[in-house]
Amino acid sequence: MGPLAPYEIISENTNFLLAFFIGIAFGWVLESSGFSSSRKLAGIFYGYDTVVLKVFFTGAITAMLGLLFMSLFGWVDLDLVYVNPTYLTSAIVGGVVMGAGFIMGGFCPGTSFCGAAIGKIDAMLFIVGLFIGVYGFAFTYGWWEKLYFARYLGEPKVSEALGMKDGLFGLLLIVAAIGMFVVAEWAEKKFPREEY
Amino acid sequence: MNDTKTIERSRRYLNPYLGGVLLGLVLLAANFVSGRGLGASGAIKSVVATTIETVDKDAVNTMPFMAEYAESHSGSPMRSWLVFQMLGVIVGGFLSGTIAGRLKLKVEHSPRITSRRRLIFALMGGVLFGLGSQIGRGCTSGSALSGMAVLSLGGFVTMMAIFGTAFALAYFFRRNWI
Repeated sequence: MGPLAPYEIISENTNFLLAFFIGIAFGWVLESSGFSSSRKLAGIFYGYDTVVLKVFFTGAITAMLGLLFMSLFGWVDLDLVYVNPTYLTSAIVGGVVMGAGFIMGGFCPGTSFCGAAIGKIDAMLFIVGLFIGVYGFAFTYGWWEKLYFARYLGEPKVSEALGMKDGLFGLLLIVAAIGMFVVAEWAEKKFPREEY
Repeated sequence: MNDTKTIERSRRYLNPYLGGVLLGLVLLAANFVSGRGLGASGAIKSVVATTIETVDKDAVNTMPFMAEYAESHSGSPMRSWLVFQMLGVIVGGFLSGTIAGRLKLKVEHSPRITSRRRLIFALMGGVLFGLGSQIGRGCTSGSALSGMAVLSLGGFVTMMAIFGTAFALAYFFRRNWI
């Protein structure tokens, strides 16, 4: 019965050790999918390479289905699985700032560490930037505090917000993802780039 | 001849749909083991909190950012799941890149721009992403991807805001990429 750490089936130290191994798998999958290359990542925004869309949505859907089925079989207690709280204003403002950082920098935090791990100097500079940004937030926290806690909605599920069952939402998400994959395959043929 | 072979091998990536399924299984494993998803910016926050604490012991009392952090993390900020996970990411990325023959010290950029321009934009992008990840309580991994897997409304909102903004601004930065 999972999750293992909240149920105290494994100790805190075992949990940290497993975090390291899960991290290795995470880094491996990101790098071998091409996420260590900013030009591959940025391709989604110009249509010449849509690997981000395909990997990201396939990954989110796989994990979502896995959790739903494991909960159905009684293998994992979803009440103990962390659901990110929703602070609507900061979710949008933070996302907009991150989006601007994404198109300028070509990485997100996780992928920049993969890029740096294989020697991408631009990824290393991006990481330096990340630290500056986080320090910047820490020292200007007072300015953001009001925005940071604004429009707190608790921990709603997107399915609840839309008034449908988890399974139905999952199905609709899969249909939407397949639609996006069709467009993505078309875009890669329409905006090809030979070398990048 | 040998050179062409190396280039071909280093450009060989996993099928994206297979990569996605594997990513999903890793995320599922994270949730099954720890009850939480994956993340990246949280580890940076831990390092930042640790350095601030080291430099200024009373930071917890004087800085609201530190107080908020201390509230969510008991004990040392470096004893954090995401710190260990991110150390793993560096090892995993390095191993994958080594085996695929992609290990090379270089600045990757479009042939239409200089390395210098690429590096300046990478730094600026990093600053914004770091700032945004703190405002939004997590980055593409922790907030968008992991949030979506547990059907968090906030996760979906952040995901749409990140990708929507990047698409909206893509035209203005096109020279950097195409």
